[in-house]
Amino acid sequence: MSVIGPALGAASALASAGAAGGLLVPGRGRAAAVGVCTAGAGGASLAAGVAALGGARWSLDLPRLLPLAGVRLAVDPLSGLFMAVAGAVVAAVAVYGIGYTGRSAHGSSSGGASSRGAQAVLPVFALTLVLVPAAASVSTFLVLWEAMALASLLLVLAEHRERASVRTAGVWYAVMTHLGLVLLLIGLALFAARAGGQSFAELRAGADGMSPAVRGVVFVAVAAGFASKAGGVPLHAWLPRAHPEAPSHVSALMSAAMVNLGIYGIVRVGFDLLGGGPLWWWLGLIAVGAVSAVYGILQAAMASDLKRLLAYSTSENMGLVLVGVGAAGLFAASDNRPLAALALAAALLHVVNHSAFKALLFCAAGSVLRATGLRDLDRLGGLRAQMPVTAGLFALGALGAVALPPGNGFISEWLLLQSLIHGLVGPGVSTAIVLPVAVAVLALSAGLAAAVFVKALGVGFFARPRSKQAGSAAESPPTMLAGMGLLAAYCVGLALVPGVLGSGLDRAVSAVGLSGTRALSGGGLQVRLQEVPASLAPLWVVIALTAALAVAAGLPRLIGRRRRRKNARLWDCGGGAPTPRMAYTATSFAEPLQRVFDDVLAPEQDVNVTPLRESAYLVERVRYQRRVPDRIEHRVYEPVLVALGRVGAGARRLASGSVHLYLGYGFFGLVALLLVLAVGW
Amino acid sequence: MSGTGFAAVTAQVVVVVGGAPLLAGLMRQVRAGMEGRAGAGIGQPWRDMRKLLRKEPITPVGTGPAFRTAPALLVATTAVVAALMPLLSTNTPLSGKADLILVVALLALGTVALALAGLDSGTAFGGMGASREMTVAALVEPTILVAVFAFSIPAGSTNLPAIVAGAVRDPSRLASPAGLLATAALAVAVLAETGRIPVDNPATHLELTMVHEAMVLEYAGPDLALVELGSQMRLTVLLGLLASLFAPWGIATSSSWAALAVALVMFIVKVALLGTVLAAAEVFWAKLRLFRVPELLAGSFLLALLAVTASYFLSGE
Repeated sequence: MSVIGPALGAASALASAGAAGGLLVPGRGRAAAVGVCTAGAGGASLAAGVAALGGARWSLDLPRLLPLAGVRLAVDPLSGLFMAVAGAVVAAVAVYGIGYTGRSAHGSSSGGASSRGAQAVLPVFALTLVLVPAAASVSTFLVLWEAMALASLLLVLAEHRERASVRTAGVWYAVMTHLGLVLLLIGLALFAARAGGQSFAELRAGADGMSPAVRGVVFVAVAAGFASKAGGVPLHAWLPRAHPEAPSHVSALMSAAMVNLGIYGIVRVGFDLLGGGPLWWWLGLIAVGAVSAVYGILQAAMASDLKRLLAYSTSENMGLVLVGVGAAGLFAASDNRPLAALALAAALLHVVNHSAFKALLFCAAGSVLRATGLRDLDRLGGLRAQMPVTAGLFALGALGAVALPPGNGFISEWLLLQSLIHGLVGPGVSTAIVLPVAVAVLALSAGLAAAVFVKALGVGFFARPRSKQAGSAAESPPTMLAGMGLLAAYCVGLALVPGVLGSGLDRAVSAVGLSGTRALSGGGLQVRLQEVPASLAPLWVVIALTAALAVAAGLPRLIGRRRRRKNARLWDCGGGAPTPRMAYTATSFAEPLQRVFDDVLAPEQDVNVTPLRESAYLVERVRYQRRVPDRIEHRVYEPVLVALGRVGAGARRLASGSVHLYLGYGFFGLVALLLVLAVGW
Repeated sequence: MSGTGFAAVTAQVVVVVGGAPLLAGLMRQVRAGMEGRAGAGIGQPWRDMRKLLRKEPITPVGTGPAFRTAPALLVATTAVVAALMPLLSTNTPLSGKADLILVVALLALGTVALALAGLDSGTAFGGMGASREMTVAALVEPTILVAVFAFSIPAGSTNLPAIVAGAVRDPSRLASPAGLLATAALAVAVLAETGRIPVDNPATHLELTMVHEAMVLEYAGPDLALVELGSQMRLTVLLGLLASLFAPWGIATSSSWAALAVALVMFIVKVALLGTVLAAAEVFWAKLRLFRVPELLAGSFLLALLAVTASYFLSGE
């Protein structure tokens, strides 16, 4: 018996204890009790995941637990990877949550998040995040999936008393997540019906016997459902609403662990259960991923709400992962299995990296929110001086997110680029067109990501405070810093020695049938690809950079005569003391980019001129407004919502309150039914 | 490998650091000559740097660590890139790690550091420069990487020494449509990345047109010296990259001292030639409006994309 079973058992017990603690422990101790229990659960699941990555397997069959179907759990290395990621994030975020939901500085951010209900649901949510990848039958999977969705919905709504926008976000999230569930239900139910069984083993065995049309329908339905959870455009609309409005530690969990499960689902169903598929599945997936990546990062570039920016960046990163998964499928479909394994390993590594830096970024944003009550970058600024640790940690997370060398995001994007670049050797005109475009998309999103995080860090944390709240911010309590420190350690570890994940990633990739990969090897210090001639030594890059930096910083001091730095007033072209109002805001920073992408973003502008009453020529007030709405939402969702509203309004006339009319409906309905039956359906 | 390899890496860094100001001086001199001015001489950037280094270091009030470390980081990333690239020899101890994507990303890191410094100063100019620089950088990135893609297809690798050594062995790669298109695309990207004239004017001090200069307005003394040196080194390194990729002749592929000496001379000649051509061209070009720059970059991106498809369809059979 492996350690996975006991570890998962411990995680469940600790999470239950945490939930009970959240309900029962009064006052101050509540946050600590919940945090410690949840962190323990996260640690236990991390251990289980690591054991599974190490090659251990485990399964459990509880036929009596749920009526009709029972519960079936199984852990293989692929589940282990997602379990370990979720567990690691949960452990760090739970520690962070102790301080975040404890006494607050401004009182604005943690009213709802520290309530009894929210505290009790948090461990449940954490546990479902860990258990979803362990599900091994359709019914178990759907039950856990729905439990995860409901728990996260309750947590998103935690602060509904404080802001009205939370409620709209909750409605959007509830509707979107359940539309996703319906798609999954349709796809998986069809799959189970045709495969003749609902455990994953039966599905796997029955997949080959299905007709291509049914397989296609199953894949499209399931992939759409999972892609909506992963924030794939155009089903991303819930993400930029729910992430900002949820309490920050919940946003961190959602963005760093929950969206991953969308990727898990696609990999599990597409590769493992269906055993791969024709080219068009994967081309579609690449298209969705590419659009999500570029669209997400463009919207992030326009966003001035810090958490909304991070949410859109999640959409971008998941888009990149989808491109990787799609490329893996593409290569597998054209029988280039080593490259397929490489692409999938790159995608999974990006999932891991993204979880580390995005959780850190959301936690740092939460610190800012807690200290200032602000999410608007235009009103922040200058936090570097008041919250040095948070600012430093945000910078570290941002370094991971911009995909530049010493950061952890660079390594996975590099791997992804390598797999795409070397994919062109394969046959097919579609690959010849798709792969260069995919490379361009990756590069464009990386470039825009650099602009986005320069904006977030430079405008939000540097320069001078642009509001009173930002000026009087204070550093977060030690538990929050400890949680963020743990996440920062993950980032640094992944950035310096990604090779330690090599064998685990290999096992996870071979768990879905892409065997004989060895995509990543070379020990801890170096990433050397087996199949294609390429290598990267992240640690050496860091050492070289540090040495060069020391020389570049040191030499001028040796040459210069005066060593001490003198303070002087900012020059500002002789303009005199610049005020914070003169500094660039997030909106002004993004303006050139917005102009460049005018056709894609379709910004709206409004100039309202109010003339004086006496004369049309004298102006009392000019009001200029410029917004960049989410265009896809505008074009795709609004018409549907408007149409639904119109149908509803029209249907209202049917129910006028007249009993005679209702009797008439009943009568005609009955007659119609009888006619149909008589004509012989 | 051992002795000459290390010597080659050291020589690359030394030549780039020491030669970058001379290249800038040469380009200014060419420009002055063509405009009928006397010019300050090729050594003027070095004299400027010596003067700046002797001044006292100044920290403007209200700036933070990002502002202070950015100049050194700019120089450091470019120096690492200079060490990685096969400018003199493809056979160095670092050649296994000289990945083209890594090189591009390291250069981008320098850009990001400087943009953050611009924002850190909290002045309108700093923010403006940072915003414009990041806009241009975000659009240059796809061009460079797709051009890299095109170069790496015939070599089967993104490893720079492998690409260059392959081109030395098989020069027909360079004259292929793919090679030419990719070079053209990369040349435009280099102009944008180094802030040369159609994209940015390095000599400007007019607010409306500034990109790079606006970011670094607050620097003075030794910091300014580093910033200047950093941007000169970037120009040298990127021109060197163009030379290595498109005209790789002379680069040492073996480990003989004579080859290294020839490579050194050839490198200096090639980069000086490229710099002269660029400076001469700049006399006749006008700077583009900021919002016309994306059109230029989109054009070069299309060239790069064409290069990739051309190399696929022409070499695929």
